[in-house]
Amino acid sequence: MTTRYDLAVIGAGPAGLAAATLAAKRGVSTVLLDEQPAPGGQIYRAITQTPVRNPSVLGSDYWHGADLVGPFRDSGADYLPGSTVWSVSRGLEIGLSREGAARLLPAKHIILATGALERPFAIPGWTLPGVMGAGAAQILLKTSGLVASGNVVLAGTGPLLWLLAWQYLRAGARIDTILDTTPRENWRQAMPHMTEFLRSGYIGKGLKLLLEVRRKVKVIGNVSALRAEGDGRVQSVVHRQGDGAEARLPADTLLLHHGVVPNINLANAIGCAQNWDEGQRCWVPTVDDWGATTVEGVSIAGDGAGIAGALAAEHRGRLAALDALHRLGRIDRAERDRDAAPHREALDRAQRGRVFLDTLYKPARDFRVPQDDTIVCRCEEVTAGQVREAVKLGCSGPNQTKSFLRCGMGPCQGRLCGPTVTEVIADARGVSPAEVGYYRLRPPVKPITLAELASLPKSEDEINAVLHH
Amino acid sequence: MFQRLPNASGERVSFTIDGRPAEALSGDSVAAALFANGVQTCRSTPVSGAPRAPYCMMGVCFDCLVIIDDVGNQQGCQVRVRPGMRVETQNGKREIAR
Repeated sequence: MTTRYDLAVIGAGPAGLAAATLAAKRGVSTVLLDEQPAPGGQIYRAITQTPVRNPSVLGSDYWHGADLVGPFRDSGADYLPGSTVWSVSRGLEIGLSREGAARLLPAKHIILATGALERPFAIPGWTLPGVMGAGAAQILLKTSGLVASGNVVLAGTGPLLWLLAWQYLRAGARIDTILDTTPRENWRQAMPHMTEFLRSGYIGKGLKLLLEVRRKVKVIGNVSALRAEGDGRVQSVVHRQGDGAEARLPADTLLLHHGVVPNINLANAIGCAQNWDEGQRCWVPTVDDWGATTVEGVSIAGDGAGIAGALAAEHRGRLAALDALHRLGRIDRAERDRDAAPHREALDRAQRGRVFLDTLYKPARDFRVPQDDTIVCRCEEVTAGQVREAVKLGCSGPNQTKSFLRCGMGPCQGRLCGPTVTEVIADARGVSPAEVGYYRLRPPVKPITLAELASLPKSEDEINAVLHH
Repeated sequence: MFQRLPNASGERVSFTIDGRPAEALSGDSVAAALFANGVQTCRSTPVSGAPRAPYCMMGVCFDCLVIIDDVGNQQGCQVRVRPGMRVETQNGKREIAR
């Protein structure tokens, strides 16, 4: 195996697969690292081995993932599945764990394709067993052919919620109720972007899917408050429609979804600058048109650099790979720009209608800024009320509340609380989230055992530096 | 509560959950295998002892922590179930040497 790759790509979803394929085909020594045992990322999870063989259940958009895996396999890129990346140094050395042993893998250029995760949807009771992300339920369907049974309630907003409902119905699974939290006023705000959306590829497919789900499942709209209740596990979902009275539904499973946000932990820990995206209400690493970050030699492709969806991710992967070729001295600027043209066009097409979706499916303030008794940090069990108390004591941002409360200090390293904590502090201070900031994350971005660290190969110099200092 | 689609294909894998015999399909993660076997809670938290179950299924939430073959704090959703694997639910903190 090559000791120093020209290009290392982290994440085997659409962006990572497309980037690695393009680079390797053009003769660049490329390695694709991925935490999962098989390629596809989350959107095309288990694409090579799903037990759900009936193609109409997961739908044609899912099966498109196979078109990315074939060319990748033929590209000549090395592939290291089951690799957990826990750091990237300024010298572009990647720290990773694989099969219980850690190693350092140097690269000349790195493309992060770490994708997205579901926006935390903190409601009272969301830590109860039986409550999980709609995306999580979709992963169970894709990887294992498992569907929720008993009383199943879906709650939230966003394309994935409706897609999961549609896939469940296709699979013959039952959904009792969908609690739609899309705020009514979002429609008014989204309308100016409707024309662009009508020109997108989403409209036909999206409408058909929505209508089919609405025909078969009871949908309660304009839901303004939600609470999961139960003894040791979820048993019921209490909800409120608009200003109406509370109502209760029995639930064995509650699947929550409020869209997805970029998974920024690795980029943040590398030191890449990031900015607050007001439209998507999340932190996004700051990148140029090619996905290049503020750290030399590190680019980001796909949803990890701002949510644009799976098709856009492919094209963003190819653009980042072309820029990497240029930076590695393989092609000049003119060739990069020329070869990028079709991918830029395709990217523009894939992004059409995105603003409409972002605006329509923006979660309501009351869900982004939960009430006092709601746990925001699942790991350390810190409530929104505790965060507000800390703000009163003078904490101005997530790093201070972290020191005061351990909020964000658990194993998930803020992935499940960060966006909420930012919003709660911003709301309490009456300032923009941009001013409040985000956690300053540090490596390792995933927990690593001392045994794994101790297994790192060491040079004579490194041993001497410690023993004879 | 989760159930397997009737036409889901795959090889059967035998393993144990808290010492009891259990069965999974070959592509299952440990977390999926727990759901498939009707296990609804995989751990209790070190902070308050509250019961938890897998939440994200993609390696980010760390709520699926279990003991696998005597090693604690393993992300159940990131490890594939293997024949003969011993999976145990985890109470509170990881124990020393486990």
